[in-house]
Amino acid sequence: MNKFDTQVQELKYRVLKEVAISYMKGTLQEDIPDIPKKIVPGPKPTMRCCIYKERAIASERVKLAIGGHEDNPNILEVIEAACDQCPIGGMTVTDACRGCLAHRCASACRLNCISFGPDLRARIDKTRCVNCGLCMKACPFGAILNHKRPCEAACKCNAIKMREDGITSIIEEKCTRCGACSYMCPFGAIMDKSYILKCIDILKEAEKGESTAYMIVAPSVSSQFHYAKLGQVIKGIELLGFQNVIEAALGADMVAYEEAKELEEKGILTSSCCPAFVRYIKTAFPELSDKISHNLSPMAMIARYVKKTDPKAKIVFCGPCIAKKMEMFDEKSRPYVDCVITFEELQALIDAKDIDLKSLEERPLDNASFFGRIFARSGGLTEAVKEALTEQGSSFEAKPIICSGLEQCKTALMQLKRGNPSFNFIEGMACTGGCIGGPCCLTHEVRDAASVDKYGHESKEKTIEGAISAVMAMEKDAH
Amino acid sequence: MVNVSICVGSSCHLKGSYEVIEAFRNEVKKRGLEGKVELKAAFCLGQCGHDGVAVKIEDEIIPGLRAENVATLFDEKVMPLL
Repeated sequence: MNKFDTQVQELKYRVLKEVAISYMKGTLQEDIPDIPKKIVPGPKPTMRCCIYKERAIASERVKLAIGGHEDNPNILEVIEAACDQCPIGGMTVTDACRGCLAHRCASACRLNCISFGPDLRARIDKTRCVNCGLCMKACPFGAILNHKRPCEAACKCNAIKMREDGITSIIEEKCTRCGACSYMCPFGAIMDKSYILKCIDILKEAEKGESTAYMIVAPSVSSQFHYAKLGQVIKGIELLGFQNVIEAALGADMVAYEEAKELEEKGILTSSCCPAFVRYIKTAFPELSDKISHNLSPMAMIARYVKKTDPKAKIVFCGPCIAKKMEMFDEKSRPYVDCVITFEELQALIDAKDIDLKSLEERPLDNASFFGRIFARSGGLTEAVKEALTEQGSSFEAKPIICSGLEQCKTALMQLKRGNPSFNFIEGMACTGGCIGGPCCLTHEVRDAASVDKYGHESKEKTIEGAISAVMAMEKDAH
Repeated sequence: MVNVSICVGSSCHLKGSYEVIEAFRNEVKKRGLEGKVELKAAFCLGQCGHDGVAVKIEDEIIPGLRAENVATLFDEKVMPLL
């Protein structure tokens, strides 16, 4: 069964795996020049014009796999050699143009860039067109389309621009690190920095007994490894050298419980679980920053708790998310989370160690409630906050708006900015569908949301209080 | 201060960590030992194979505990350390 959605993801995975194998052996420095040849053995090219270009790009991927360029503050980097400079730019007259008499397109164009050829069809003078889209709207046949680059179309915060030489670039201040561009680029020209070396260092340290390695897994793990059972994945993670695997969903239970209280207290609130959404507010709507929940994210919340139970704990978070890698450097999360990797990278580590998940015994994963677990899909956080209000006996009425993807977030935030919004709680998720639509998910399938719910129903605890009661009881005693 | 860590890892959670924690809290209260016994959570004490919850009293790990056995264990293992 295919492990990945696309060949681009698989290529990235192969590089990560080779880097991991070398680093685990302790021979990475010597092996670096040879890894591109392993990825592109030749003699015939399979992806680009020649194997030399393929290898040049592979060596750029190796750089990103070992942490990327330090002088670039973004987690996402453009691999210039891999960018195809996609020529499809802007308004295009398609074959559907009938060469009509009305010429509404030309009348609509304020810059007079539409003319008509001998075939009577419309032509756009690309040297003057600014892609305003008025001609497209005016054509009754829908014959004019706005062709955007996939990266640009995927980016909902307008952070992608074309350089003069046609190579894509990312506007650092606007980028939320959601990673939609990297998942959508058909040439794999935008890639996230990887911290697998740091993860391997933590495992080596734990092996020597200097620390204890814990992995916190995002609840979307339930929809990821279709070829093995979840319990086998957990066993696989333990075989990598993690003493224990803990659900980030327990952190989500804690967050929902606190967020419900905060919502009632403030009367209006946005969620703070999704780091890309939080950054989007801070960069595009800075005046709304005070509406962001003060809670830690579920990842940081559970990491803080684990560190309290074990001062020697080193914590690696694994999820579908690129923005979480940014959150790791945030001052609120930094004391608790030592490393962030993705499901793609976890797959690479597991395969680098030759662990065959399908042959393993199953290990349990059960810390959280149904409500913590459904944070992985759009609408789950809202259900959890409502449940927490009920469990707390609150009469506060939550009027949520569920925003799946940055476009919906933008609409809700604009309404909030104007005042008198029709809601008092924004659930904001930068990825469409929530975390299960994350850029580093191994699969993006329609059934993923159902898998999350099914996994949710399997948890022992049916209420949020049930899941966090153990934690709360001892916290209370301590104060 | 006697440190007692109760495992709340997945395996123990499924076997009743919460009930064991409650039993410990009751014992502490009943005996008036607040401030003398500190109850903490721990993620996985490596005793998943046993039928019951693992606890760690100072440096000793005791596997396979059930809520109904907590009072006896308290007498045997915690009281002598106070």
